[in-house]
Amino acid sequence: MRILKVSAIKEGTVIDHLPSEVTFKILEILGLKNPDTLITVATNLQSKHMGTKGIIKIGSRFLTPTEADKIAILAPSAVINIIKDYKVVEKRPVSIPDTIEAVARCSNPNCITNHDEATSKFFTISRDPLKLRCHYCERVMREEDVTIL
Amino acid sequence: MSRTDRNVISIRDFTRKGLEDILELAQTMEGCRGEPYLTGRILATLFFEPSTRTRLSFESAMKLLGGEVIGFSDPGLTSLTKGETIRDTVRMVESYADCIVVRHPLEGVARYISEVSKVPVINAGDGSNQHPTQTCLDLYTIQKCHGRIDDLTIGFLGDLKYGRTVHSLAVALSHFGARMFFISSPQLRMPEAFLEEVRANQCECIETGSMQDVLPKLDVLYATRIQKERFPDPVEYEKQKGIWRIDLAALSEAKKSLKVLHPLPRGLEIASDIDGTPYAQYYQQAANGVPVRQALLCMLLEAGPCAS
Repeated sequence: MRILKVSAIKEGTVIDHLPSEVTFKILEILGLKNPDTLITVATNLQSKHMGTKGIIKIGSRFLTPTEADKIAILAPSAVINIIKDYKVVEKRPVSIPDTIEAVARCSNPNCITNHDEATSKFFTISRDPLKLRCHYCERVMREEDVTIL
Repeated sequence: MSRTDRNVISIRDFTRKGLEDILELAQTMEGCRGEPYLTGRILATLFFEPSTRTRLSFESAMKLLGGEVIGFSDPGLTSLTKGETIRDTVRMVESYADCIVVRHPLEGVARYISEVSKVPVINAGDGSNQHPTQTCLDLYTIQKCHGRIDDLTIGFLGDLKYGRTVHSLAVALSHFGARMFFISSPQLRMPEAFLEEVRANQCECIETGSMQDVLPKLDVLYATRIQKERFPDPVEYEKQKGIWRIDLAALSEAKKSLKVLHPLPRGLEIASDIDGTPYAQYYQQAANGVPVRQALLCMLLEAGPCAS
C-alpha cells in the first residue's frame, strides 16, 4: 500500500531531490523558517537514487533566480517543480551558474566583501567538486567553505 | 593588455601577448626623461599600507614624463579616519586625477575601486593577493638578464604563503613554460590553489624544503622576505624568520648565470656579500620599476607611444 507522506499543493513550488542533511538549511536560506504561507517539509524519505532525500513544498510562491542559485550551491541534485492547479507544469533541475552574485559569503576574512559595501561575487571554476573563485580577493572557495548569505 | 583595457588589477587579467606588449613598451621607455607624454595628467597615489619602491617609482615614472602626482601614504591623515567609505574617497579622488594607484591591506580593494572609479586604476598590492606591476617588472628583469623568459627554471624561496609577488609571478610565468621550484618551510608553502592553477598551464611545479638540492638547476632564484606583518601569530613569525640564508658560500653550487631577484625590502634571507656580484639583480630589478610603470601609465592614459 502506498503511504501518502505529504499532501499536494494547488499552486506553488516543490523542491525535490534534496540531500536530507541540507533540507532544513535550504528552508533557512529561503527565509521560510517563519513562513506566512503553507510549507510542507519532509526529510529522510527513501530514495532509489539518493538513499534518503528531502522535499519542500511551498504554497503560492515561486522562487527567484537568486534563490535557485542558492539551492544549486547547497544541493546540485535538486529539482524545482512548478505547480499550477495541482499539476507539475515545469520541472527545472538546478544548475550552478557561471557567476554567483550576492548569494554566498567569501570565506577569506581579509576580503573587501567582508569589510565594505562591496557585494560578494564568485566565478565557478569547477562544479564537481565545487570550487568558486572570489571576484575580488581571487581566493578559491571549496564546498566546505561556502556560507550562504 | 589591449590598449582599451582601463585597469591593472590582477595578473590573471593578462594574456601572454598582453604581458609581452608591456615588456616591449618598457624597453622603449628605458632612459626616457623629459618626453612630455604625460604633461597635464595627474596621478593619485592612495597608499593605505607602507611602500617605498612602488610609490616612489610610480612618482618617478609620472614626473619623468611630465605628469604630476597627488596622494597620501598615511591614511591616518585622511577623512577615512572619520569613517568615510572607500567608495566616497574614490568618487572624490577621480575628479582630481586621471589615474589612481592604490595599495591596501584588504584583498580585493583594487578590483572594487576599479568598479567604482571613472578613471583607470592600478593595483599596487592588495593584502596577500596581487601585485601585478611588480610582476611586470620581475618579468622585465628576467628578460633583461637571460634574454628570454621562456623555458627557464625558477626557484621561489621564503614566504610563499603570504607573498603576493610570488603568487602573481608564478601565474605569469606559467604562460611562458617555466619550470618552478617552490622552496619553503611547511608552514609557508605555496597555496594549493596557485599550484593547481600553474599546473593547469602544463608547467612543472615541485615543492621542496631544501634550497641546496635545487640550486644547481636554477636560472633565477626569487627570494622573498618572511613578512612579519602578515602573520596572525607573532610566535609563528619568530619561528620562521631567519630560516633561509643565501650567501656566496651557499651559491657555490649554483650556475654562473644564476640571477638572484628579490622584491625588497629584504630581511635576513640575502647576505650583503652577494650585493656586488653578477648574481645580484635586486637593485636593478627595483630600478626597472620606472620604465615598466612608465609603459603602464602610457598604456592606460593612451599617451605618448600609445596615443590614439
